[in-house]
Amino acid sequence: MLKFIGKRFLQGILVLIGIYAVTFFLVAATPGSPFSTERAIAPEILAQIEKFYGYDKPVGERFLTSLSNIVLRGDFGPSAVYANRTVTAIIAESFPVSLKLGSISLLVALLIGIPAGILAAVKKNTWLDYVPMSAAMAGICLPTFVMGPLLALVFGLIFAVLPVAGWFGPEFVILPAATLGLYYAAYFARLTRGGMLEMLNQDFVRTARAKGVPERTIVWKHCLKGGLIPAITFLGPALAGIISGSFVVETIFQIPGLGQWFVKGALNRDDFLILGLTLLFAALIVLMNLLVDIAQVALNPRLKYD
Amino acid sequence: MTDHSETAVLASEPAPRPRRSASEIAEEELVQGSSLWKDAWSRLRKNRLAVASLVIFVLIALACIVGPWISSYDSQAQDLFLGATAPSAEHWFGTDTLGRDLLVRTLEGGRISLMVGLLATVVSLMIGVVYGATAGYLGGKVDATMMRFVDLLYALPFTIFVILLMVAFGRSMWLMFIAIGAVEWLSMARIVRSGVLGLKKQEFVEAAVSLGYSHTRIILRHLIPNVLGPVIVIATLTVPAVMLLEAFLSFLGLGVQPPDASWGVLINEGQQNMEIYPWLLIFPAFFFALTLFCLNFLGDGLRDALDPKSAKD
Amino acid sequence: MTATGPLLEVKDLKTSFYTRDGVVRAVDGVSFSVDKGETLGIVGESGSGKSVTCYSLMRLIPEPPGRIDGGTAMFDGRDLLQMDEAELRKVRGKRISMIFQDPMTSLNPYLKISTQLTEALRLHYDVDHKTAVNRAIAALEEVGIPEASKRVHSYPHEFSGGMRQRVMIAMALITEPDLLIADEPTTALDVTVQAQIMDIIKRRQEDLGTAVILITHDLGVVAGTCDKVNVMYGGRMMESGTAEQVFYNARHPYTRALQKTIPSLQTKGENLYTIPGLPPDVSKPIHGCAFYPRCPYPKTGLSEGERPELVELENGHCYADCRFCDSSAPIESVLSTEVPEETEAAGAAQ
Repeated sequence: MLKFIGKRFLQGILVLIGIYAVTFFLVAATPGSPFSTERAIAPEILAQIEKFYGYDKPVGERFLTSLSNIVLRGDFGPSAVYANRTVTAIIAESFPVSLKLGSISLLVALLIGIPAGILAAVKKNTWLDYVPMSAAMAGICLPTFVMGPLLALVFGLIFAVLPVAGWFGPEFVILPAATLGLYYAAYFARLTRGGMLEMLNQDFVRTARAKGVPERTIVWKHCLKGGLIPAITFLGPALAGIISGSFVVETIFQIPGLGQWFVKGALNRDDFLILGLTLLFAALIVLMNLLVDIAQVALNPRLKYD
Repeated sequence: MTDHSETAVLASEPAPRPRRSASEIAEEELVQGSSLWKDAWSRLRKNRLAVASLVIFVLIALACIVGPWISSYDSQAQDLFLGATAPSAEHWFGTDTLGRDLLVRTLEGGRISLMVGLLATVVSLMIGVVYGATAGYLGGKVDATMMRFVDLLYALPFTIFVILLMVAFGRSMWLMFIAIGAVEWLSMARIVRSGVLGLKKQEFVEAAVSLGYSHTRIILRHLIPNVLGPVIVIATLTVPAVMLLEAFLSFLGLGVQPPDASWGVLINEGQQNMEIYPWLLIFPAFFFALTLFCLNFLGDGLRDALDPKSAKD
Repeated sequence: MTATGPLLEVKDLKTSFYTRDGVVRAVDGVSFSVDKGETLGIVGESGSGKSVTCYSLMRLIPEPPGRIDGGTAMFDGRDLLQMDEAELRKVRGKRISMIFQDPMTSLNPYLKISTQLTEALRLHYDVDHKTAVNRAIAALEEVGIPEASKRVHSYPHEFSGGMRQRVMIAMALITEPDLLIADEPTTALDVTVQAQIMDIIKRRQEDLGTAVILITHDLGVVAGTCDKVNVMYGGRMMESGTAEQVFYNARHPYTRALQKTIPSLQTKGENLYTIPGLPPDVSKPIHGCAFYPRCPYPKTGLSEGERPELVELENGHCYADCRFCDSSAPIESVLSTEVPEETEAAGAAQ
């Protein structure tokens, strides 16, 4: 088990270095530099700036320097556009905001999606199945950038019960977390329903019934473990989706999180910011995938840690 | 398993036939194909939701293609004096802040969104089918390595990569087709691979091998036609996924660039002004969601029709 | 239990499936009884309704589409078909247990053997965990699983098919039920393991005094194990009686045809006998004798749409008296060993 985790962890590190390399050279290959703006800057000043940020050195050397800075000192470099701020400082300031929004959203997705999926599977072909599943289908067709403005329109403007912009207290979390969470709740509900139905149709359920096991126990003890596997497997993609969804949601609801910084960085060609945030997001996703791998083996006795 | 279904299985078992030649077996599969499609079509027709989805989708697509031509308004024509107006007899969907007719803009936005959806799906289809068929057909270590790579890619934050690609190479629409197609082929590759892996062991493929057909011919003539069903299903479901990604990028300002407008761009413009001009958000969002809805239902219906065994319930 | 009557008495059981393509009368008026400690064999081809009969008794028919349309099944003075869920659960696994055809799918792959074995015990009796596990180990030893105290903690996938069926038997008998229903317990297993499994069932039955209903399509298995035999076809009873009566004095054309299909009874070097034609399509109403279309006997009467009644020949030996065929003709003269050209499906010999 420890060996398995260790192996997967090392694999994850390699994947991250790979991602960083690809991102770095992609950004480096981009024509122009972050400093070439519309305003005319004297060439010697531009050269000065580029020297300050290390752009005068060859690409390979720059890559190694930035990688070793990150690994050794946790230093993601300076922001090229927001002068006087380091990427590390931006992350330290905004990551807690995004972490809070993201984890609440994921929680909303799981706490709504999984029970709804179980209920729909157990009460198959009744209104307890049709209603949540139609809602889930509708949810999947209402991506964050449609759902967000609509929720803001209804609850923020028409009924005016919730704030639609900013990040000043618990009530500011509700609409953004609902926007992000409900979308993935829809996915979790569909996956859980499918997984549970597959389990409930297995022969061993009949065996359990023949033993006199009550239906409730059949659902919770015999089917839940196997039925949850599809939903668990989806946790990795769901986290990736919540991260990219946060780009949209933080923009709509004007939340000072990493998502907004990433969009700004992308639009303004803030190389170090993009690189640092990409690495951070990738690390979160790789970590989640590691947890999913462990959970899968824990749930399914036919898999082994290897 | 009830006795009832046993009956069904037994009754449908074919009679033991005289031994057939390899070429007979190899050709048989091509003949059987037609009844499979007929059955699937009759099953699909019974699925009212899927048929309704198909009809609505075709209507939306036709409106997007034909609408802008027959409309008396030009989607780019600004009327700053008019400004944003609510839906009226002249402008059914109202006008935007620059006085442009929203109906025409929504239809033209749909054109772009649907085009991105189709073209990027074609890109993903080509990559996925070739990759998956190769892995499944060659099997063994090659297959294991190729699929491990797919697993690895599955675990990566692809949206971020698409964003980076858009940043690095400029925000052109053609690049977007390729970038989106390049990240959406993974499910396709998996489905094709598992289909080919299963087919490879069947006797009509062994028969084709024994007749000395080339690998290319076997893959093209015998394997790909037989995984067409699941491929069509995945392709139908890839279109909405791709449209979603395009709208996402356009919403962030990284996709389709003004003055061109896709549904994503329109939704973004709409949400910026939704306090005052809610129709600017509601019409494009409605059409976008409705299209996704239809395509998803159609995909589900096709899955049930083409593969009755995997029907959800 | 009441001192006199049989342990289980089924009368006129009817079960149908209401599908989109019509009503399938899977079991159509079946009656039989099982005494304490007795073994009843139910024999028939696939689709004859033998499994559905037993699932109906345990009320394991998926509803919908299935429905028990009528009949009674008196078990120890109470009608199984009228019980509510709670009462039923007290019978299932405690007084009537079941073994299923495919041991690979009938055990839960996500739960340890120990959990699955002790489940019924802990559900029906007030036993603590430790006692239950010890009982489970003993039960595994009784069905011949080596190193039972260690293997009880493993998962089903760590056992072979034959071993899993032993686990199923141990699991079914751990509560020492009055009746064990075995639904083709050897069909999914290797031929070499089949005899072992039948031996274990028989031995345990003798140890515990359990009555057994053995569902099978294999007449050979029936001959060696059963006290009484029911022959089913098209959801109906064709013939019933003691094993001896049914084997040595078979009266119904279908029973006779079935006997002919046992490979070991056939002359070597000849084609194996198969019953020509297909089993009846029970989704359409059957008029007259269900076997009539395939019956090899000279047709002396015409099917009038009248259903043949069960007629008792001698102390308990009944058969569906099909007055349309001359079934008194000597069997060898009627059943030719040549396979007709249009033979489509195999008979019971599988």
